[in-house]
Amino acid sequence: MTPAGFDVAVIGGGLVGTAIGYGLVRRGLRVAILDEDDTAYRASRGNFALVWVQSKGLGMPRYAGWTQHSADIWASFAADLHARTGIDVAYSRPGGFTLALSEAELERRRAMLARLHAQPGMIPYPYEFVDRTRLEQVFPGLGPEVVGASYCPLDGHVNSLRLFRALHTGFAALGGCYLPGHKVETISGHSPGFSLATAGGPITADRIVLAAGIGNAQLGPMVGINAPVRPQRGQVIVTEKAAPFLTHPIVTLRQTDEGGIMIGDSLEEVGADTHTGLGVLATMAERAVRMFPALGRLNVVRTWAALRVMTPDGFPIYDQSVAAPGAFLCTCHSGVTLAAVHADELAAMIAGNGLPDTLAPFSGRRFDVPAAA
Amino acid sequence: MRTLPDVAALAPAYDVAVVGAGPAGMAAAIAAAAHGLSVLVADEAPAPGGQIYRAVTTTRVRRRSLLGADYWRGAPLAAAFAAAPVDTLPEASVWHLDDACVLGVSAQGASRLVTARHVILATGALERPFPVRGWTEPGVMTVGAAQILLKSSGLVATGRVVLAGTGPLLWLLASQYLASGAPPALILDTTPRANWRLAAPHLPAFLCSPYALKGLRLMARVRRRVPVISDVTGLGIDRDGAAQLVTYRHGDGRSGAAAADIVLLHQGVVPNVNLAGAAGCALEWNDTQACWQPQTDAWGMTSVAHIALAGDGAGILGAEAAAVRGKLAGLAAACALGAITPQTRDRLAARPRAALRRCGRGRAFLDALYRPAGSMRVAPPDAIACRCEEVTGADIRAAVRDLHVTGPNQMKAFLRCGMGPCQGRMCALTVAETIAEARGVSPAEVGTMRLRSPVKPLTLGELASLPRSEADTKAVLRG
Amino acid sequence: MFRRLPEADGPAVSFTLNGRPATGVDGDSVAAALLAMGERVCRTTAVSGAARGPFCLMGVCFECLVTIDRIGNRQACLVRLRAGMQVETGKGKREAGP
Repeated sequence: MTPAGFDVAVIGGGLVGTAIGYGLVRRGLRVAILDEDDTAYRASRGNFALVWVQSKGLGMPRYAGWTQHSADIWASFAADLHARTGIDVAYSRPGGFTLALSEAELERRRAMLARLHAQPGMIPYPYEFVDRTRLEQVFPGLGPEVVGASYCPLDGHVNSLRLFRALHTGFAALGGCYLPGHKVETISGHSPGFSLATAGGPITADRIVLAAGIGNAQLGPMVGINAPVRPQRGQVIVTEKAAPFLTHPIVTLRQTDEGGIMIGDSLEEVGADTHTGLGVLATMAERAVRMFPALGRLNVVRTWAALRVMTPDGFPIYDQSVAAPGAFLCTCHSGVTLAAVHADELAAMIAGNGLPDTLAPFSGRRFDVPAAA
Repeated sequence: MRTLPDVAALAPAYDVAVVGAGPAGMAAAIAAAAHGLSVLVADEAPAPGGQIYRAVTTTRVRRRSLLGADYWRGAPLAAAFAAAPVDTLPEASVWHLDDACVLGVSAQGASRLVTARHVILATGALERPFPVRGWTEPGVMTVGAAQILLKSSGLVATGRVVLAGTGPLLWLLASQYLASGAPPALILDTTPRANWRLAAPHLPAFLCSPYALKGLRLMARVRRRVPVISDVTGLGIDRDGAAQLVTYRHGDGRSGAAAADIVLLHQGVVPNVNLAGAAGCALEWNDTQACWQPQTDAWGMTSVAHIALAGDGAGILGAEAAAVRGKLAGLAAACALGAITPQTRDRLAARPRAALRRCGRGRAFLDALYRPAGSMRVAPPDAIACRCEEVTGADIRAAVRDLHVTGPNQMKAFLRCGMGPCQGRMCALTVAETIAEARGVSPAEVGTMRLRSPVKPLTLGELASLPRSEADTKAVLRG
Repeated sequence: MFRRLPEADGPAVSFTLNGRPATGVDGDSVAAALLAMGERVCRTTAVSGAARGPFCLMGVCFECLVTIDRIGNRQACLVRLRAGMQVETGKGKREAGP
């Protein structure tokens, strides 16, 4: 397809952009996804692949509800992707654990989940604390220091690289136009619609969706949307493929359907730096081995660092421009968990009458007034 | 040379760390140590020599005519290395290097971090991937592998042995097998016919080189005893009971087949760039040799301060040149660390530089003649490109066609090619060249896979044993 | 499949392969010893279960992964054969559990 006028141009070809783009082509729109080149920062290539509910939303109950809803429709989303692309993204929802290696860790966890669920407007969801005796029945080979865990039956995981490929495959199969090498430089009004100057030439579209991850910080203001996102580094270790032994995902440790053990969940404020750091990797490895000593014998085959797209309060931004109607912005650091709702409700809103008031808590305007220290 | 038993015996810091004990690594270590620098040499093999001089101090295959004079040229170098005041850690892997010159070293199941003031990577070459249908079948190996078995264990392949491919090493092994009384059954020569025309302008220089006479003699000797089928343009291997059936196509369109008990493939060697790439050294596409190589200056210095490359890891020039480049890198290290002045370095480098020029004579001819055909550097649809994750040429082409993948990093995310334990060593070139062909652009435009440590596996337990700071702990342990 | 040149014979090294007695020669890598015994398959893959054997013999291809002394996925071409070693061919995904 030649780049010409599109109903919608989605800026960003990661999980967020392709989930929205997939949702839009499923609704019959003519959609372009404008992407950078092969070496772009790409959180979607580095994420941890959880579809996770249990700890989300402290400080914004609406986010907890949004997350829970996405997790609830994930199974049908996965089935739809499978039917359209033939790709099984290996979604499963066995419930997830957060293991504590000391009573102090367990206490902090208890207090955090209690605060989360005590928030006004919180839609409650089930969770419980599991003692060591019961944990041993779930996880053979548990390390002696594990004292207990929180458990939420709504948690699951997926093969996120296959999800990434399935979204691209589905998008292409439904006639979407994926344009790599089209980093967007400027956005200008094109009444009606928008003109985008890109590294690959000009693009015009009636509506645009900014889903450019960290790039949204620069692009948002071009359409009057405040998106103060920053990169936050996370590092991941993956081992060689092993026979199945972890039946549930743990927030920092999971076994993929292909057999590799992923270990993750570090947080570092180091700017746009995707180097790995041995000290952090060593800390992650040590905690994993304390949880499951047998893991110590597995070979590490890869490590990587990727950049979370983080807002000041850690919650997503969903916004639409007042100054340039038809411009939307979407940014989050849970592109896997939220993929289902992005492809479904969010895409419907963008294709239809815009974002409803129920999404107002996610507006970037919340960052216009400096937060109290 | 002081041989260290394990990582516990390593000093916490060295002036110079050399990775690899082939000709470049040995020569670099000798040169650096000669100027009073403390030197560590880490290598994967039990004894020095690298691949070209593999087991030169230990082999029982001592008939000089068998492995040849070029092999035994490694003996005096290994002897000088043994006499040099350096620490060596054999049977070790260096799985990490960063721009602070911190090395992650693993041996005997334990890992340790070592800091150097200057690092010389002498990681050498590996055989270019040869992605044909069936190249993953047991009984299909590389020519280099067969040569390693011969040098280190005195093993020669028996039964119907078919050699397929192109390049000097293929002919050398054939001649070594002849001398061992185990002539190959057949050679399928994939040297593109057009290469002779492209190489012809470089022929006069080649004829003045040390390689010319012995190379031509060697080929003539092999051709007298071994059937050779030239101008092979297509190749495939299928399992046939316990044996293989090698099918081939000629440039003129005819085809044929040969049964084989062992198939040995080879189409030249390419730099082993994984550690340099993971350390952040900029890589560039060498179109003459159709491979990635680290950018280096005349002293082997890379784009990263205090990390140098020596030998074939910086671009293929052969074993003799590797030793010379090692010496130059050693001198550069001594100068960079203040042990000698730039004037002394330059004076001591004069003879090696002249030797390097001599070694370079004839290289252009060899590069042009033995540049493998483009069709042999890409994965055909029915061949596995990534052996670890079992990704085929068809998979890669489909992803370019249907998903508009432009480069190997997105390809890796979609298909997992390059994610296995070999870390792309067996597929990075193939994936880049296959994407390039499918897109109709050059591999330079396609780019290469991002490389990261660990470039060799270490256990999670070893990783867990490494030191960490308070900030590192805080980055993981959160409220 | 491979034979040893007479001059390359040396002190025998006894080990076990999949529990059965086996012999190599001092100086062999584990991979060389297996090839010398005529064992061309050393594992099945974790992805499709396909049979694979040693390919590069120099530590770069990771095809010759075997279990040595109960530690899985070791590169047989980089491990020197030692007396009493217990070598097992690899079968798909290695065990991770307790």
